[in-house]
Order: sequence, then C-alpha cells, then structure tokens
Amino acid sequence: MQITVTVNGTAFTHEVEPRLLLIHFLRDQLGLTGSHWGCDTSNCGACVVWLDELPVKSCTVLAAMADGRRVLTVEGMEQRGRLDPVQEGFARCHGLQCGFCTPGMMLTARWLLDHNPDPSPEQIREALSGQVCRCTGYENIVRSVRWAAEHQGSDGHGGHRSASGGAG
Amino acid sequence: MSAAEQDGAYGPVPRKEDARFVRGRGTFVDDIQLPGMLYGAVLRSPLPHARIVAVDTTAAEAHPKVEAVITGQALAELGLAWMPTISQDTQAVLATDKVRFQGQEVAFVVAQDRYSARDALELIHVEYEPLPVVVDAERALDAGAPVIRDDLPGKTGNHIFDWEAGDRAATDAVFAAADVVVSQDMLYPRSHPAPLETCGVVADSDPVSGKLTVWSTSQAPHAHRTIYALVAGLPEHKIRVISPDIGGGFGNKAPIYPGYVCAIVGSMKTGRPVKWVEDRSENLMSTAFARDYHMHGEIAATSDGRVLGLRARVLADHGAFNATAQPTKYPAGFFHIFTGSYDLRAAHCAVTAVYTNKAPGGVAYSCSFRITEAVYLVERMMDILARELGMDPADLRMKNLLRPEQFPYTTPSGWEYDSGDYPRALALAMDMAGYGELRREQAAKRERGEHMGIGISFFTEGVGAGPRAHMDILGLGMADGASLRIHPTGTAVLGVSCQTQGQGHETTFAQIVANELGLSPDDVEVVHGDTDRTPFGLGTYGSRSTPVSGAAAAVVARKVRERARFVAAAMLEAAPDDLEWADGKWRVRGDPDQAKGIPEIAMAAHSSLELPAGIEGHLDAEVVYNPPNLTFPFGAYICVTDVDAGTGQVTVRRFIAVDDCGVQINPMIVEGQVHGGLADGVGMALMQVIAFDANGNCLGGSFMDYLLPTSVECPSWELGQTVTPSPHHPIGAKGIGESATVGSPPAIVNSVMDALAPFGVLHADMPLTPANVWSAIQGRRLRTDLAVT
Repeated sequence: MQITVTVNGTAFTHEVEPRLLLIHFLRDQLGLTGSHWGCDTSNCGACVVWLDELPVKSCTVLAAMADGRRVLTVEGMEQRGRLDPVQEGFARCHGLQCGFCTPGMMLTARWLLDHNPDPSPEQIREALSGQVCRCTGYENIVRSVRWAAEHQGSDGHGGHRSASGGAG
Repeated sequence: MSAAEQDGAYGPVPRKEDARFVRGRGTFVDDIQLPGMLYGAVLRSPLPHARIVAVDTTAAEAHPKVEAVITGQALAELGLAWMPTISQDTQAVLATDKVRFQGQEVAFVVAQDRYSARDALELIHVEYEPLPVVVDAERALDAGAPVIRDDLPGKTGNHIFDWEAGDRAATDAVFAAADVVVSQDMLYPRSHPAPLETCGVVADSDPVSGKLTVWSTSQAPHAHRTIYALVAGLPEHKIRVISPDIGGGFGNKAPIYPGYVCAIVGSMKTGRPVKWVEDRSENLMSTAFARDYHMHGEIAATSDGRVLGLRARVLADHGAFNATAQPTKYPAGFFHIFTGSYDLRAAHCAVTAVYTNKAPGGVAYSCSFRITEAVYLVERMMDILARELGMDPADLRMKNLLRPEQFPYTTPSGWEYDSGDYPRALALAMDMAGYGELRREQAAKRERGEHMGIGISFFTEGVGAGPRAHMDILGLGMADGASLRIHPTGTAVLGVSCQTQGQGHETTFAQIVANELGLSPDDVEVVHGDTDRTPFGLGTYGSRSTPVSGAAAAVVARKVRERARFVAAAMLEAAPDDLEWADGKWRVRGDPDQAKGIPEIAMAAHSSLELPAGIEGHLDAEVVYNPPNLTFPFGAYICVTDVDAGTGQVTVRRFIAVDDCGVQINPMIVEGQVHGGLADGVGMALMQVIAFDANGNCLGGSFMDYLLPTSVECPSWELGQTVTPSPHHPIGAKGIGESATVGSPPAIVNSVMDALAPFGVLHADMPLTPANVWSAIQGRRLRTDLAVT
C-alpha cells in the first residue's frame, strides 16, 4: 500500500507492506536511525516519536496508521542549527550515557514542557515513567529536563511546537 | 609529581560523545546499512530439553526472498556446530543432537529483508522428542536427574566443577571456638543485564580480498577477533571487528553469540553482508544471564561483636553450557573476595557448579566477576549477625571494618587490597543520612505500626583485571595496549583497545592524555572499538577500562612526554636532564620562562631540526600496560525504605551512597556511573528475576515479565565521596563502573529486612516483590527462581 507521512516537516510517499511498523519505516526506509528499537512490547520507549501532537511508541504503531499524519523524530528537534533546550539540557546535565534511550526520553520531555513549562521533579518522573533508561538511574534525566525548563528561549525557541517540526 | 598536583584537565567537562547522541546521530549496529545487505533470523527451540529428530527446511528455502538457510548439520560440515566458551566448555552454535534450554538456537535464515527472514522461520519444521527437564539447581545433582550434557564424553551427571578458596582448617577452628555462629541460606537469583540495545551483528565477508568485517555489539573487539581466528581458522589479519556505538553492555555483550557466527557464515555463503539483530525475548531468554548463586553463609563472632570467621557454600547454576566469563584461573570469578571489608581471622568458601536446562552465561551484569554475589553474602550475614547480637548494624560494621593503617591488606582468601579508609566512608554516609535521627524516626513509626527500614552495606570491589601472571581469558593475558599519535600541529589521537558502551571514554581518556601533555581535551581524539585502528587489549568489562586502559593512556602519554623532552632540549639548546616538566611544558630548570609546550615540540619533532643521536623524530608512542594488581574501590551505602505490610509494597525513600574510586578524572561521569548502578540495585533487589516454571519455560522473556526500574521506582540519589588514591595506578584511579551495582542490592534488602523485623522476618530472597514481601510477613519463604504456585 502507498502511504504519505510528513516526517520532520518533509512529506515522504512510500510503498509499504501493511504490517510494516512505524519504527522500521522510519529507520529502514527513511534512514532516520535516531529513533531506536528496544523491546517490541511498548515497555521501554526507545522508539518514542510524536505522531501529530502526541508521543507514541513507534514499535507498536503501523506505518499505515501514520498515513496522512505528521511525525516528529529526534532528527527534527534541532531547528535552524539550534539545539532544542531539551537536547542541550541532556548534554549539559549528563542526562545520557550510552545514548540509546535518549531520543525517546527527549521527545517525551519536549511534550511535557510544551504542556507544563515548569514541571516538578515528580512530574518529570511521572511523565517519563513509561520509558526505560539502563544507564543513568534517571536522576540526571530529571535534572536535564529541569535545565530545559529553566532555559526555554525568550524568542520562542524550544517553545510549543507541533509534530510538523516547524518547517512543514 | 603526584596525581593531585597535575589535575589540570580533570574535572566535570561535558562529554564529547553527546553531540552526536542528542541529535540522534549515533551509529549503533542496527543503524548500519550496506549495499546488498541481507537480514538474518534465528529459529529457537520452544522446548527446554528435547532430542532433535529431524529439521526440514524445504519450505523455508523455497520462500522467494530467502537466500540461505543454515542448520546445525550444515555447520557441523564446516566444523562450526559447536564453539568453545570462555570457561573451557563448548556451546552449540546451532543444535545438532539436542536442545538444552528454551530459546536455544536451532537454525538460521538469511533473507532479503527483516520481515521475510522472520516469515521463513515459521516455514522450518523441527521434529522434537521431549526429554525430562531440570531447571532447579538444587535437583540437578539428584540421582536420576536428566543428563544435559551427554555430548561430553563420559558425562553421566550435571556436575561441572568444585572449587574452593581460603583455609578450611583454620576456618573450622575459628568457628569451633566462637561465642556466636549464625547461618543463612540465600539465593542471588538469576538476573539479566538487559541493555536497552539488544545484541546484534553485521558481517561482511569480501570474497575477493578475503577480508571479513564484523560490526558487532562487542565489549571486547580484539578478543573477539582472536577467537574468530582460532575457532574458524580465519587469518586474524583478515578480520576486522568494529564495535560502533553500543547501547549499554553491562557484561551482556562480552561473549560471542551463535547469531554472530551464523551471520558470518551467512555472509560467506551468500557473498553479501548479513545483519542479525536479536529481539528482546531472544536477548532475555538466550544471552548471558547473571548470578543464579544458591548460597549458604555462616559467620562466627565473639559475643561482643568481633567477627572472627566466614564460611560460604555455593551451588552455582551455570545453565546448559558453562559459558561464564572470567579469568581462566577462577571458575567462580572473584567470589572468593567474599570476606568483604572486614578484619577477620579465617575464611573459606566452596563452590559447586551444575548444568541445568537454562540459558548459559553467569558472569554479567556489572558484577565484577561475581564480587556482587560475594558482597551480598557478607553484607546479609553482617545484618543477620547484628540481629542475633542485638547490635546496631552500623556499630557492628564500624567495629569490624579494616582500619586505614592495615593497607595494603591481604585478605584470608589471598587478595591484596591496595588502599582504603573505610571508617571515614561509613561515617560520612551515616552523617549524610542523619543515621541517629533515622533510627529515632523508625522507633516512633514502629510504635504507630508503620514499617520503615534502614539498611547499610559496605563493599570492597576488586577491579581492573588484571595482572598477566594471574589473569587471562582463553589464554589471552589481560594487559591492554595504547597508542598515541601526535600530529605536527600538536593535536593527538589516542588509540585504546577497550570499548565504551556509555562510560564516556572518548572524554575521560582524552582528559587523561591532555592532563599528561598540557593539552586541551578538545585536542585529543580517542579512537576505540576498531581492531584495525587500535592496539590489542581485552576490552571493557569488570570495571577494567580506567584501571587498565586508562593507565595505558597515562603511560603512553608519559612516554610521549619523555620523547618530547629530547626535542625540547634541542630546541632550547639545553641538556635533557636540565629540563623539568611543569605547568604543561618542558622548562629549563632555574629559568622556567625558557619553555616549550607539546604543540611547538611536535612541530619541531617533525621538522628538520637537528636532534641528538638516537632520536629519530616524531613523538608517537605505543605501550602495553600490565597492571601490577587490581584496584580496590569501596563504598558505604545506606538505604531507607517504607514497607506497606498490607500489600508488601516496598518504596525506596532515600538512598545515600558514598563511593571512593580513588582519583576522579571526570566527577560528572563518576556520578553518572554510580546513579546507574544504584538503579540496577533497585531492579535486582525489588523487581528483576529470570525465573522458570517446572516445565522449563522462561518466565522473564519480555519487558512485560522482566520488570526494570523506571523513574518512579528510583529515588533521587544522595551521593558523597572520599578520595583514596590507588598507590599502584599511574594516576591513582580505580574503577567505578560497577561499584553501585555491587554495593546497592544488600543495602536495599537489609533495609527491607530491617523494616520487617517486627514480624520476625530474618531473610527473604530477591526480588522483594510485593507478593514475596507479603509472603515473608505471613511466615512463608518463596523460591523466587521458580514459578510461584
């Protein structure tokens, strides 16, 4: 079947098998390997991307379900050469070690900050509780998201955004 | 010059690695796409023990997108159906005679895409004849137990080895004379490292050049290359093993797995690159598990709390193949460090290992070669003794900790601890926790019927394997090489044999070199994880990177610095002996403004400047570092839990961790390593277990069943530190990667047992799930490694 998905602001039309998972569409067909596959059962969140306005676990979403919709991946977070404050926060606060869970964590964190610009550590933990990090023990991820909350750009950089990634 | 004086480039600098990771531009194995690449998939046994009667691949081979189907029989014809394990056993690559655990590899399909490879697995028909199963280690040696390894000549039972350490007679004498002896059975259940990235490989065999390139999730690329050469008879110089970015290892990625071998064979057979990446169930059910130690501990003491002796008896479940990964001489790893941090007179441990119908492995998951199990045993025993004596567990520990003046200290089981100030670390942890106030709060809560626990553990690790005279893996001594190239303009490329899986070597090793040479870490590129571009070494596991490869980095930088001295002398028209290294430059003694830094020296070394006889020019150097001893990091941990006695739910309220890993290169990274290990402790103590039912079905085969801690199970960690440099390490550093994984589980279990003391509960095995805790309160002890019925 043919689908058209707008990923990070660019529309892609591809012929896919109906059973193709969104994560494999992004990684194998579009070459966007920043989103990772970790468990198959929606438990780990390494595959989190935005589908329209919501973070989803793309290992349990069919590519066909994204037809006509917008997807934001980690590759779309940096805009006009500027890192999203969430990305900067993760690097500054040592919020990542192996880097495998990081894209999914950052995309959920971006969604959280769009809906709650000043979350408490408890609210950050709650928002990320559907995702697993095996390296950091979460403490520095919480600090990273707090850093991002405290450094949202006054020019709107890093502020509310849709899954179009801004440019689409 | 001491390490403390030359800390110019040390400090919490941001990581070089992060620029690519936060942009989603890392390169993990599954990110690699090669032209013409095919995909592999493994057919696995649904049964834990069965004879293979027939394997019919006809339908799979007829699948239009299938390029090859490989069976055990086909591998047998190549002499590759079996491969050696690191523990001098053999392991089936693809089963030929029997399957011996659920999830064992039976056949391998190579197809044009991922999904077709999976489809074709369903077209393979395997006829099995089921056999009786033994998954309970305590039944493995029973008369009449099914013999799992009937492939081994003359094998009539499931016994693997008996091994002991310490002085049995002296220990018996100490126990016989002691006022108090307490004992306890305890299980360190089977766990799994479960790195978020599963294991995988891309094998690319070039039939024209004869070169085999293997991108794999390997913690030990050089060792893997040598093993491929030895096992498959391939010329080693024609093999290149690349570990690209690795999504966590924790010991899970130390071994060579059957899937890697199959992908290599698949590539040779098809002439095209073959990718194989296991799924999560394959990872949990078939790759290196950890622990599975059934332990009996005994501790002897005087009535006023002076610990005299320790005994341990262990039944070790090694699964269907003995594939534990540790230095050859030590079949139980470093378990015999089990006397821990205490000054006692005699100790003895005995380990018996058995085969069961479970996946192979056993030394993995940040365990420092089984020091994890050892620390758990002694720290549980200390609490049980404290309960018996009516002593506060902190007082008991403080009374028995080794004293600073006893270092270097030789333990009753033969280890020489390099340095430590243990009472200072415990006192700091107690101060940070507000220990006295916590005990008062606990007493008040007990009066109200609330159950709060305070648990302590004190651990000593031995990391940085290791001295070549004592430690090898498959005959490969555990020394590490390092190479350092200095460009004419003064930037540097360090080549190291170890491989980062998140530890941040690209940053910390650059800091080490920068510190030795007066450079900025930004001017030092660290190359690792590629056997064609780095010198030989044994890899990253057992917290050995900084103790061994980090030492090699410092030593090779010092070698460069010495070479630079002669060039600087020629530049300054001074005698080399008249120069001294200070503030990052070679300076003329008595005239320190006459100085040359490495960048100017490097350009001169590549120029036509006339150099003394015997100095050929350039600054590049290469070394091999053979560690004289392990390094011995240590720490004091305190955990505060709240237990809901109605539901058995445990909440970790606070966790205070004081670690001492000697000189810290990058304290930010050290802190991150500790945080991660503490979360592992929460997982192991409260959630994670690979259990089996009576039929041998694995009950932890997905993240829906194998429960990992998330952000809501983990508290906000409270960290402290002391710094006791290692006297024998070139920069005074010790390993830190596994400390918290080793030290935290007993603190959590001790805390929960402390909370449950009013119910008379002395011990319950990990994981302390709500059901397990609730059962313990009811006076019923569960076997957590078997299905709960």
